[in-house]
Amino acid sequence: MARDGIRDKVSIVGAGCCAFGENWNQSASDMIVDAAYEAYADAGIEDPQRQIEAVFTGSLYSQAGPHECADALKLFDKPVSMVSNYCATGTDAFRYGVMSIAAGMYDTVLVVGYDKPKDRGVSGPSVMLDGVRDLPKTPAGWFSLCAATYFEKYGAGREDLARIAVKNHHNGTLAPKSFLKREISIADVLNARMISWPFGLYDCAAQTDGAAAVVLTRRDLARGFRDDPVHVKAVTIRSGPNPQKDPGNDFLSWKPNGWAARDAYAQAGISDPRRQIGVAQVHDCFSLTELLAYEDLGFCDKGSAKEHISAGAFELTGELPVNTDGGLKTFGHPTGATGVRMLYENTLQLQGRAGARQVANPRLALSHNLGGHPTACGIAILGRD
Amino acid sequence: MSGIASYGAYVPEHRLALGALGGRRAQEGGPEKAVAWNDEDSITMAVAAAANCLRGFDRQRVDAVYFASTTQPFREKQAAALVARALDLRRDIHAADFAGSLRAGTDALRAALDAIRAGSARQVLVIASDCRLGAPGSGLERSSGDGAAAFLVADVDVIAEFESAHAISDEIVDLWRGEHDDFVHSWEERFVVQEGYEPRLAEAVAGLLDKTGRKIGDFRHVVLYGPDARSHAEVAQRLGVGRDALGDPLFGRLGNAGASFAPLLLAAALENARPGELVLVANYGDGADALSFAICDPVDKLSPRRGLSWHLARRRAVSQYDRYLEARGLAASEWEASSSPGLSATIHHRERDADIGFRGQRCRRCQAVQFPPQRVCETCFAKDDFDAYRLSDRAGRLVTYTLDYFFPTPNPPTVVGIVEIDSARVHMQVSGLDAADVRIGLPLEFAFRRIHRVGGRPNYYWKATPLADPPAEPA
Repeated sequence: MARDGIRDKVSIVGAGCCAFGENWNQSASDMIVDAAYEAYADAGIEDPQRQIEAVFTGSLYSQAGPHECADALKLFDKPVSMVSNYCATGTDAFRYGVMSIAAGMYDTVLVVGYDKPKDRGVSGPSVMLDGVRDLPKTPAGWFSLCAATYFEKYGAGREDLARIAVKNHHNGTLAPKSFLKREISIADVLNARMISWPFGLYDCAAQTDGAAAVVLTRRDLARGFRDDPVHVKAVTIRSGPNPQKDPGNDFLSWKPNGWAARDAYAQAGISDPRRQIGVAQVHDCFSLTELLAYEDLGFCDKGSAKEHISAGAFELTGELPVNTDGGLKTFGHPTGATGVRMLYENTLQLQGRAGARQVANPRLALSHNLGGHPTACGIAILGRD
Repeated sequence: MSGIASYGAYVPEHRLALGALGGRRAQEGGPEKAVAWNDEDSITMAVAAAANCLRGFDRQRVDAVYFASTTQPFREKQAAALVARALDLRRDIHAADFAGSLRAGTDALRAALDAIRAGSARQVLVIASDCRLGAPGSGLERSSGDGAAAFLVADVDVIAEFESAHAISDEIVDLWRGEHDDFVHSWEERFVVQEGYEPRLAEAVAGLLDKTGRKIGDFRHVVLYGPDARSHAEVAQRLGVGRDALGDPLFGRLGNAGASFAPLLLAAALENARPGELVLVANYGDGADALSFAICDPVDKLSPRRGLSWHLARRRAVSQYDRYLEARGLAASEWEASSSPGLSATIHHRERDADIGFRGQRCRRCQAVQFPPQRVCETCFAKDDFDAYRLSDRAGRLVTYTLDYFFPTPNPPTVVGIVEIDSARVHMQVSGLDAADVRIGLPLEFAFRRIHRVGGRPNYYWKATPLADPPAEPA
């Protein structure tokens, strides 16, 4: 397989994102329209029914399937598909869109990620009792399983995690479309009520509704839409064994992270991610998920994250700013939307349009999702001309 | 020959201080009773007692399982079949429930002895398990306790040979629980004792003595059911039972364990019995019965097992009445477990060996042990090449953990972790320890527990508990 087969063949020419939050008065369709029409405007698309040839949607909670998106946008007589891949859903929908263009099937497609968990009537995760094994079944319970082992081996603790939450809360105050816009302190994080040790409330991402969209086109057509298109350097999905029953798992990292990073860096021709990547949006469903991503994605050595965190390496002004818009922490995590929301942020960052949270001159931007138990990782890398 | 070849017991570790009943402040060190917690019931206690009884015995040789209880959780659906699956016994066994009477435990024991004598079985597992619910504020709430006892009844290699039995059947409305009752009803206590318990027990014992030509003083161990300490002592006196022979009826420690009470006290007597000694057990309920045994082999020829004394020593004090009410489903709650249609019966059916029997598999090619059973080996990718592998009697080790504050339980957090059992990894709840005592590497064993009541049914699975001595299975 050609490892760089996808590099620089497909471009993002439009990006849109609805305001994430407890969108009590918006349906999924309302949010899809907000995100898609912003992306259309961004790409200068005035006649989407003609200009958009195919749609790839991603949603975890939708019961309606791809028709929900097709009907919201009135995109008929076109291929519209829905992708589901846990928290990597948005990135995976994007991947299908990219591949469809690279394969020469279409010139211009729309990718929409969305979810509406706040219609379920629960503020946090629902307590799923649909079986007897593996209970309690909560994402906090799954993602916290690396904590005891990691803390014991590397001497990190809840304070190191708290610094990540504090950073992301700060960044979220600078992002117009984030849900939480409030600075917090380390003490706030440490004193919050416990969800699943070591995760207190502030170690967990918010729960929100949201939708995000990007318009993709062939690279050679991109400048026909706008002058500063960003190009797809890599996009990958890697599955992994269920870490809960994987006999070889050391609970110090999540295997799919490393596997996806290796593939993405090969595609993009990246040998030194810490230096070459200018900005990154990594999956921070929980504070520890972000910490492990620093190491698993090669931003720092295994076990060293706490030193880099305390040195501010991943803050807005740091060497490699991570979660510049506040991440899942402040945007919440409408599952299907998240990966596409990250592409939206990275597109703005690469185009210098990220306002108060703009990172200085990034050339490559990485986005990363980790989903399931976790059992799947998606990574996309974008770059400028 | 027929008799008892092995015994086991189970007493839940939670002990409710009697002083805390009604929400009062309990004094430390006062009388208490053993209470099944929110993940325990007569089924789970039966599985634990039976597993203790079967230590060192080949489970494949059990021909029948008799389950005795007044608190079988299903009105229709057999408990013995569920218990047999949890114990991973053969499928071609005779499983039967004995129910509805405090005498169910000795009824089952006698039926097992008769089956052995008739030659229709060579090994019968008899389990008596009960967790009766006294209404809050009632005398029965104070006097009752929970527990289970199990006996392997066999035709050879017995430690206690069965001699004789005598039974009286009587119609009396003294204790009852009707179709729609959660709590046991009782007629006036003095009536129950004077017209039921005392005369019937005496009549059954007299009949046994008559049959065997023995005197009460011949019995080194006399096990008597008793509704309360005073009645128990009065009957013992009336029968002429010496203090030494009587043993401790454990009021204020265990409580009246219903259909499992006399069987538990019998298990306690066996722990201390010596060859040549005689044991008499008399039980009450809708009449009474009495059985006699002669100890023929040293009881300590059995591998070390967890009898009543082991369980009494293992205790976790409960001083808050509210916690007890919550654990027994007596506290008001917004959350209605029965509002769901419940777990899929078809999935339960497909997965019963894994979920109820805690059976994994071992790859014939790479020897890796896995759970749950899967078609393709997790380690070497061999397809459909496995042997069934029972995990319930293995020891495990805690690989990592978290403390979950969301799962419904009377005492959060719930400890959840990854447990390594041989080379298998299983994500499961860890019970029987305080959150502060959780640590990586903790040695574990396994307990069959009620996980939740979704659909208004008890739904069972296994939890890990700290490994205790004697170990789960002799090496």
